[in-house]
Amino acid sequence: MSELPVTLTVNGEVHALRLPPWETLVECLRDRLGLLGVKKSCDVQVCGACTVLLDGRPVSACTLPAFEARGREVRTIEGLARGEELHPVQAAFVEAGALQCGFCTPGMILAAVALLEESPAPTPDEVKHYMRGNLCRCTGYKRILEAILAAARRLAADGR
Amino acid sequence: MLPPFELCEPTSVAEASALLSRHGETARLYAGGTELLLAMKAGLLRSDYLVNVKTIPGLAGVRVDPDGTLRIGAATPHRAVERDPLVRARFPALARMEADVANVRVREVGTLGGNLCFAEPHADPGALLQVFDATVRLARAGADRTIPVAALFLGPFETALAPDELLTEIAVPPLPPRSAAAYAKLGILERPSAGVAVAVTLDGGGVADVRIAVGSVGPVPRRMPEAEALLRGRSLPESRAALPAAGRVAGRAADAVSDLHGSAEYKTHLVGVLLRRVFEQAVAAAGAPGAPG
Repeated sequence: MSELPVTLTVNGEVHALRLPPWETLVECLRDRLGLLGVKKSCDVQVCGACTVLLDGRPVSACTLPAFEARGREVRTIEGLARGEELHPVQAAFVEAGALQCGFCTPGMILAAVALLEESPAPTPDEVKHYMRGNLCRCTGYKRILEAILAAARRLAADGR
Repeated sequence: MLPPFELCEPTSVAEASALLSRHGETARLYAGGTELLLAMKAGLLRSDYLVNVKTIPGLAGVRVDPDGTLRIGAATPHRAVERDPLVRARFPALARMEADVANVRVREVGTLGGNLCFAEPHADPGALLQVFDATVRLARAGADRTIPVAALFLGPFETALAPDELLTEIAVPPLPPRSAAAYAKLGILERPSAGVAVAVTLDGGGVADVRIAVGSVGPVPRRMPEAEALLRGRSLPESRAALPAAGRVAGRAADAVSDLHGSAEYKTHLVGVLLRRVFEQAVAAAGAPGAPG
């Protein structure tokens, strides 16, 4: 079984790797690149804990083979903050208390970032529909919804 | 963890078909992988070779012919269909159905063609496409054929594709004027327990045509001609009055299977409930001025 040459960009950094085709993106990001903010949980694309952005769009890293990221840009939770300055969605989650155990939070925040890039002023129903595939077993979702709507307002006010 | 496999990346349908011939049952087509890779991880399927259809140029994308027929490349992800301006304007029921498949991550990666070829009974597109009289194009080296989407489904996880054939395109003809389609589903798990699609054509004060398809309930999604006959060619009040009977007929004909998604009795009941909802939605949309399907 042969390995494939795979060059991908992760959080702005280019990695030239050789990977077996069956290596999943979550294995590559966690085990090769040490990005432990990507969580493996349900392993069947249902829970959203492994959400990362591929060219800005949300994907389940648990099931996507890593070779699919060839020549593309992967963004994980580690790549969101600018130095010590949190991304507005991260800051909104902190301010709203939109997390408890935190396990779902990286995927939740990345999905919300993708949503707001696509739809900068979503209605509460649009947020719920988009975020339906990201499960949280602690918060009851209310504060997550509030945080995403607050982040949308902040991004609009900042002109971002 | 995924079991080991060799990746094949053909650049033409003929090359992909030849790979399937050469490797026989040890090879499978791979598009989004949202169903195939889960089955492989669970040890339910084994494939020594995955043939990546996404490296074949021209297999993804959406276009509309001059006659209004929508042509969707088999490797087009659900999200691309859902967000396509032409689909949203001319086939809004299709865009809405696609926007409700699984979750956003599955829709980004999973393809419409892959969904149909996997033939998982608990799925949405197979039922809705049937009320549009959609067809699928199946190709192999040097030959292709077009069949109704209904004829693709032979049984759960079983299709009419020959071992060396690929689904390359889904063609969706436009509905007649004063028509609209609607799809609704209900599920208690990730996948739908029942899904009902209709297309309604209005004519004066009456219902000139009705097409009904039911998915997720039985082994394959299928049209319900007996139930359609109860609603077709009648005034709107008469069709409405016949809805409960049509729901019972469609429920029985759906050949409901008891499984994790609900008992056969429950799913049979759902068919009637969903039929009433989608019929009213489609009638309202068809009656709106300039409403497309």
